[in-house]
Amino acid sequence: MSAVEEVRPARNPWLTWVTWRRLFALVIASELARPGIVSLDWAGVIVRAAVPLAILAGCQTLTMLTGGIDLSVGAVASMSGFVLATLVSGPGVGAGIIIALIAAALAGLLSGIGVGVFRVHPLIMTLGMGLIVLGLANWWQLVMVQAGGGTPEVIRFIGSARFEGIIPVNLVVFIPLAVLILLGLRRTGYGRMLYAIGDNPVAARLAGARAWQVLIVLYVISAVLAAIAGFLISGLTNVASVSLADSYVLPSVAAAVIGGTSIFGGRGGFGGTIVGALILTVLATLLNSLGYPEAVRQVLFGAIIVVVAAAYTRVTAES
Amino acid sequence: MSAATDAVTRPGPRVADAMLSFARRNTWTLALLGFLALLLVFTKLINPGYGIPGVQGLAISVLPLALAAVAQAIVVITGGIDLSIGSMMALTSVISASLMLGQSPEFAMFVVLGTLLLGIVLGTVNGTLVVVTRVPDIVVTLAMSFVWAGCALLVLRTPGGAAAPWLRELVLGSVLIPWIPKAAVVLLVVVAVIWIPLRRSRFGLSIYAVGSNRLAAFRSGVSVGRTKVLAYAVAGLFAALAGLSLTASTGIGTPVPGPYTLQSVAAVVLGGVSLAGGRGGVFGPLVAVVILQLIRTDMTFLNVNTNLATVAQGAILVGVVMAGSIIEMRRRRA
Repeated sequence: MSAVEEVRPARNPWLTWVTWRRLFALVIASELARPGIVSLDWAGVIVRAAVPLAILAGCQTLTMLTGGIDLSVGAVASMSGFVLATLVSGPGVGAGIIIALIAAALAGLLSGIGVGVFRVHPLIMTLGMGLIVLGLANWWQLVMVQAGGGTPEVIRFIGSARFEGIIPVNLVVFIPLAVLILLGLRRTGYGRMLYAIGDNPVAARLAGARAWQVLIVLYVISAVLAAIAGFLISGLTNVASVSLADSYVLPSVAAAVIGGTSIFGGRGGFGGTIVGALILTVLATLLNSLGYPEAVRQVLFGAIIVVVAAAYTRVTAES
Repeated sequence: MSAATDAVTRPGPRVADAMLSFARRNTWTLALLGFLALLLVFTKLINPGYGIPGVQGLAISVLPLALAAVAQAIVVITGGIDLSIGSMMALTSVISASLMLGQSPEFAMFVVLGTLLLGIVLGTVNGTLVVVTRVPDIVVTLAMSFVWAGCALLVLRTPGGAAAPWLRELVLGSVLIPWIPKAAVVLLVVVAVIWIPLRRSRFGLSIYAVGSNRLAAFRSGVSVGRTKVLAYAVAGLFAALAGLSLTASTGIGTPVPGPYTLQSVAAVVLGGVSLAGGRGGVFGPLVAVVILQLIRTDMTFLNVNTNLATVAQGAILVGVVMAGSIIEMRRRRA
């Protein structure tokens, strides 16, 4: 057990400090570039935008710990937001949320069976599952074309409102989730199992871990998290469409990597990922506020991700 | 490999042995070709009107994805993955289209050569970053996909530009007999001319060596870094060819990347290339691309909802890979 804990960079205060320092540097850069931009209001907007990204990056963190990846989060998140919106006028919000969560969990179950039992490469399995979910959501759109609905009021409130005009309401959803993931990874046997499988699958099997069970549960958890993020995104943007969350997929992987989770498994944690999501959101906001055209923003965004990831790899290699 | 040496040492009908060994080494590609033939027969059965225009349309529509799949296959064989192929296609497509607008055919020739060179440069940048930063391939190429897509938007804000008439005619129509579409011939010639000499060179052996076991390759004197950079550069060249084929088939350049990146990954896996690296070739993915497109066409003929066609594509991808891994597990147990 102690060996498992030793290899976690997330526990390494020096690395977490490096990630935090990067966030502070970006905040200072924002203030220097646009004097007066950094304020409580600004912080509230940043956090509100970072929460859905952090949840989706949580999906990537958990799956990456086992050496996998979940590329279906975009399709699953969009689908849940969309299914909820179509069910509001009929069965109601509560039933809609439950149905959307069940649909997401089913997709996750299938991905988990593919990865865990049939040993399909996670990249391919979740890519295929993403296509399946997207196609079914499109088909559902045709079936439900008469039931307009739209994002329900409650979801809009949770996704976009702010207490006192500052603290985003979506933290009410996020904080319990984050605590659950952080404690789950550090304190439960299941969390240790994720690290063990990613670090050394053969040793984990010899030690009695049933990888397939762990993986099935993992991909169900990931899909449910994605669905929750989908609700928040559709609440934030007041849009429900089948491709709503697609643009989040690549940043979610980037946030996990910047936060120090290894894509090869066994290393990392959710704490760093949250900071990673904040870094990406501050960066996107900064590039936005500088008034560059979309094209320049994309170029800078990509270039900075490479630089940050490279710097991180250097730090891990040194320590 | 061992079958090939057997053929030399053992007396007997060498040709038959060579063919047998060829078949053994390319089982998956041959099986895919067989399936494609069946699928063509099926297409003709459900739509007796399917003929020359259908085949030509098929060849033109698969061209960009087929070239993208070749690019992806080369990187995946080396043990990497290139998620920036779609963006590189968009960038090379808009650059070639905007430079060719209102220019002479001779100038367009230089534009084409310049675009191919640009593809090699883009790929080299990707590969160098992967090797120098030691960040996982998937992360670097993911980030670079933003960079190249942003550059494409800088070149052209909205779809525009033009393709030289000779470039358009290069993929339209047919060769010799109406049943052989020009686009298919162009595809095969381009891939054969670039890939086969590479495959037979030192570099070709190196990419398989690096893909199957990095450390072993390094210890037997293969320069791992240089091989990876070269593989990405060749992938960049094929991405530029794919971008040019987009320009040629649509007549304009579109700055927003199409769904080619992830589709190329899917095609590569269906084409028998292992994501772990070191196994497979480029012809399997080519056949897989044609099969996927033909299934799409058939579903339109059968009046299946296009959304369900997306579902089918995902299900086929997952199903084939699952079946492959079940066969692999059985073999290992036996």
